[in-house]
Amino acid sequence: MQKSLHIDPSKCTGCLQCEMACSYENHGVFNIAKSRIKVFNFEHEGRKVPYTCTQCAEAWCLNACPVDAIRIDAATGAKIVHEDVCVGCKVCTIACPFGTINYVADSGKVQKCDLCGGDPACVTACPTAAITYVDADWTGLDKMRQWAGKTNTQPRASA
Amino acid sequence: MKHVIIGNGPAGVVAAETLRRYDPQAEITLIGEEAEAPYSRMAIPYFLNGSIPDQGTHLRKAGDHYEHHGIHLRQGSVVRVEPESQTVVFADDAELGYDRLLVASGCHPVRPPLPGIDLPGVHTCWTLADARAIAERAAPGSRVLQIGAGFIGCIIMEALCSRGVKLTVVEMGDRMVPRMMTAKAGTMIRHWVEKKGVSVHVNAGVTQIVAKGDALVATLSDGATVETDVIICAAGVRPNVAFLAGSGIAMGHGVHVDEHMRTDVRNIYAAGDVTEASGFHTGERELNAIQPNAADQARVAAINMAGGEARFQGALAINVLDTLGMISTSFGQWWGSEGGEGVERVDEKNYRYLSLQFKDDVLVGATSIGRTDHVGALRGLVQGRMRLGAWKEKLLKDPTQFMAAYVSQTQKVS
Amino acid sequence: MGWARKILRVDLSKGTCKSEPLNMEWAQQYLGQRGLATKYFVEEVDPKVDPLSPANKLIMATGPLTGTMASTGGRYSVITKGALTGAIACSNSGGYIGAELKMAGWDMIIFEGKSPKPVYLSIQDDVAELRDAAHLWGKTTWDTEEIIKSSHHDPQVRVCSIGRAGENGVLYACIVNDLHRAAGRSGVGTVMGSKNLKAVAVRGTVGVSGIRDFKAFMTATTAAKKVLADNAVTGQGLPTYGTQVLMNVINEMGALPTRNAKEVQFEGARKISAEAMHEKRLSDGKANLVTNAACFGCTIACGRISQVDKNHWSVVNSPKYWGATGGLEYEAAWSLGAADGVDDLDALTVANMICNEDGFDPITFGATVGAVMELYTMGVLTKEQIGIEAPFGSAQALLEIAHMTAEGRGFGKEMGLGSARLTAKYGHPELSMSVKGQEFPAYDPRGIQGMGLTYATSNRGACHLRSYTVASEVLGIPVKTDPLVTEGKPALVMAFQDATAAFDSSGTCIFTTFAWSLVDLAPQIDAACEGGEAGWSVERLAELGARIWNMERLFNNAAGFTAKDDDLPTRLKTEPAQTGPAKGLVSGIDKMVPEYYKLRGWDTAGVPDKETLARLGL
Repeated sequence: MQKSLHIDPSKCTGCLQCEMACSYENHGVFNIAKSRIKVFNFEHEGRKVPYTCTQCAEAWCLNACPVDAIRIDAATGAKIVHEDVCVGCKVCTIACPFGTINYVADSGKVQKCDLCGGDPACVTACPTAAITYVDADWTGLDKMRQWAGKTNTQPRASA
Repeated sequence: MKHVIIGNGPAGVVAAETLRRYDPQAEITLIGEEAEAPYSRMAIPYFLNGSIPDQGTHLRKAGDHYEHHGIHLRQGSVVRVEPESQTVVFADDAELGYDRLLVASGCHPVRPPLPGIDLPGVHTCWTLADARAIAERAAPGSRVLQIGAGFIGCIIMEALCSRGVKLTVVEMGDRMVPRMMTAKAGTMIRHWVEKKGVSVHVNAGVTQIVAKGDALVATLSDGATVETDVIICAAGVRPNVAFLAGSGIAMGHGVHVDEHMRTDVRNIYAAGDVTEASGFHTGERELNAIQPNAADQARVAAINMAGGEARFQGALAINVLDTLGMISTSFGQWWGSEGGEGVERVDEKNYRYLSLQFKDDVLVGATSIGRTDHVGALRGLVQGRMRLGAWKEKLLKDPTQFMAAYVSQTQKVS
Repeated sequence: MGWARKILRVDLSKGTCKSEPLNMEWAQQYLGQRGLATKYFVEEVDPKVDPLSPANKLIMATGPLTGTMASTGGRYSVITKGALTGAIACSNSGGYIGAELKMAGWDMIIFEGKSPKPVYLSIQDDVAELRDAAHLWGKTTWDTEEIIKSSHHDPQVRVCSIGRAGENGVLYACIVNDLHRAAGRSGVGTVMGSKNLKAVAVRGTVGVSGIRDFKAFMTATTAAKKVLADNAVTGQGLPTYGTQVLMNVINEMGALPTRNAKEVQFEGARKISAEAMHEKRLSDGKANLVTNAACFGCTIACGRISQVDKNHWSVVNSPKYWGATGGLEYEAAWSLGAADGVDDLDALTVANMICNEDGFDPITFGATVGAVMELYTMGVLTKEQIGIEAPFGSAQALLEIAHMTAEGRGFGKEMGLGSARLTAKYGHPELSMSVKGQEFPAYDPRGIQGMGLTYATSNRGACHLRSYTVASEVLGIPVKTDPLVTEGKPALVMAFQDATAAFDSSGTCIFTTFAWSLVDLAPQIDAACEGGEAGWSVERLAELGARIWNMERLFNNAAGFTAKDDDLPTRLKTEPAQTGPAKGLVSGIDKMVPEYYKLRGWDTAGVPDKETLARLGL
């Protein structure tokens, strides 16, 4: 069973442990500016929303990549950026309508959530279980994809 | 079912792969004109600055990718399409029959008609072969004159500068990338590249080029002359449609297609830069030679060719540009909408800029400079025609909060 | 190494920003944040300096664990000579700006001199510059943060700023960051305002990379987080109820100073308690509390996010108070509530918002209102002087006085003096519930004897956060002691003071100490920081705490403080508690101080003796 990130904003306290864990996992430093998951704070609603790539079925980034640098990981289903292939053209960053693949100036490459190979660091770090990694069926993945679909101009085959 | 695809750029390759997924039994032939594996022009600047080898530009990396997916690659130049017999004819008179044909022949760079444009030393920068030729001549310290500061011109600028050339750019418009960026943004990009040592002439064209020994001398419309070693012509592109003459396919500058990416001729589809599809906002036919658009159209075309049902919702202009390290983007109707409202936020000192344009409470276009995080959400907001409600007023006050607006509107409490 | 090893020196008079290497020798002795910044401060500033003169300096400092995955590792402190107290001041704040400063690559910022015109400091990684703040002067902290974020084109910029209180010279102005976190006490914001420094805006993308041993650090911080999660107070009580969990508890103990400490129990306590914040209001069916919230890195999340009824009389015409924002902590609920006899929860919440919005300390403010209400009751102050009738219990008076103080209007100017100066001005200095010019908070020394000694000896004036013996005397952490007796309290206070100084120098939050002791802190620091052969042991941290405490004491002594300043308001020593478990008791402060001095290795005048100084390397 494929697993995916399940985010429950109502449990998020805004501690940013997820952002630190992400940057440490991927960059070896505590640097939230480089985190692939981002917590948005809606102060006057009293709401904090962790937000990252949903590994959407449409894979806009993957389709837009001109050099085949983004591929699907067979084990996790994650769309993964192969840094050795990425040329840093940033086309994926404007193609992804969710804003979840971003250019990193230091490396001259793009980055996105890769589910840490199946053991997401943000999940381990989250103290309130606002971010969990569970069987895809349980995650409301369809719900997430549904809103993904709102911006979708891409085809869905009826065949 | 025999599928034939003319053109092996991103549109052709994505279409071939999509066909394979939707029609496992089909025979698929992908025709390319150049003696190269299918590659991406988007990657040429990175080839030109030496950060990747030839293979780094290839659209697919696995050596047996096409074979593995049963996609037959064929090199050749198609000179004619014969709809009655459902045949394409090659320059060597060879013929190939099809059940469904996809025209994904892309476009070619325009050489403005001026004296001397065909002299040796005047290059376009479009193909890998062009890039190799430029790489050979644009040695460190050499002088390069670039005609045109549009999208292509801007993305190759960095590659040229990193080769250590002395670069002069001549642009007809009043700013850099005039067809992609607001006046303010285009001017900021110009100031940026000038700061980086590039000499920029706007509101100027080249009127003639003459050879002077090994060098070239270009005369500009303002009378100035520029002596240079290499001239690169990046003055725009036109769809490759010459071979469709006599096919009966309806065309303007490009091939007319409907929302299924069908032409008006039975069993012939078109996708990518060669098309004139309806615009996302206008609904009018427009040319839109950008990579993500090509990939989207190719998928729609392929699914329909395979008997599925998919519709293209209109071409949305989205662009990203890295001009000597300054990153800019534009989306949709960045110039605004009649009767709409907009906000422009400028920080010239730090080279940061953001413009958002609304129609009612929907974002219709955006331009940014100096921003890389979450820019895709601008596409999401525009393409999703997302109603912003109270966020619109907030964004008019502080446009930099667009990502918060996007997250807020998409991650509603259930 | 934990440290960024770099400090920023900002000369406001000259308008320059310079980078300096961190003094690593001092870092080994004083660790960071409170300890290290105070070391810099006492080395560079004359103890006799007028706090509001250009010769005073103001330091913003992070700790070695700030900006790391250590739980609560987001703290920063502001060190200066306090405007309210004239004593060494060290105010600690959470939120996000401390971590941002560290991630920009700085351990601390030293501000010196005075800018000729309003400016703010902008830091983008290693680029620091002073920018004109003419357009920000006169703005609230909320507006300032919004304007800066927008003009920097970056919603991720973190801002700390002073509000109008800091500009207007309210002596207990604070420095507010992230809308509702504050370096709150002793008037650090007043000092900032005196320097014409409106705000600091920080964006850090460098990150914290210099951890001595990342693997050991992850192990240590993970273990320490588990300790917090498994503890009833930090794992359940604080996230659910916040510090407000104490309101009913302290009231039951008869240790809730009420109506300017005339009484020790408040009949309206339940109505302003954590439990009340959870209950649905009759008026609009919604609870005051919207959610809890964490500061950077915090796995406790005690913060309160509250929303008042839009139709409450205090906000019905002020939409800016309608949204959710920082709600009542225990101290503010006490100072604005019990200390003034006000039991209207929404009114207190709004008063607290005003304190955040314009940057003034709700503890001192509320306590000063309590003193004013007593003066009003006595007829010393009149309705005409105050501008409103101000009997105890008047929420209208509380809010009107809050607005006047924020805006520097009418009686608000008098309010800006704080209770010690204000009551003295009107001939009743005995009505100021303060020590060294600073008002004590929400624990009555008659009912919790250890807190009396805490207040009397606190180096920054009366404060609960210098040795929170409530942990022991009320909650039994680490061991239960009897709150009604003085025996053993001097040693308890001293141990808490030293441990707290170590925590305050680390970058972590003092609230962790409900669950953590130095035993939990030491391995985290040791994994993060170079510590030489000895490493960072519990003993070393305790000694470091004592060193910091004595250093602060020496500064205060040199500033002119003497043993007579280590005392409590007469009321606490002469007017016994009338109700509750402490009925009949007064504070036994006079018994505790001499013993405390002795334990500290100080002479009877409160001056550290030579052996003590030598032992601590001072």
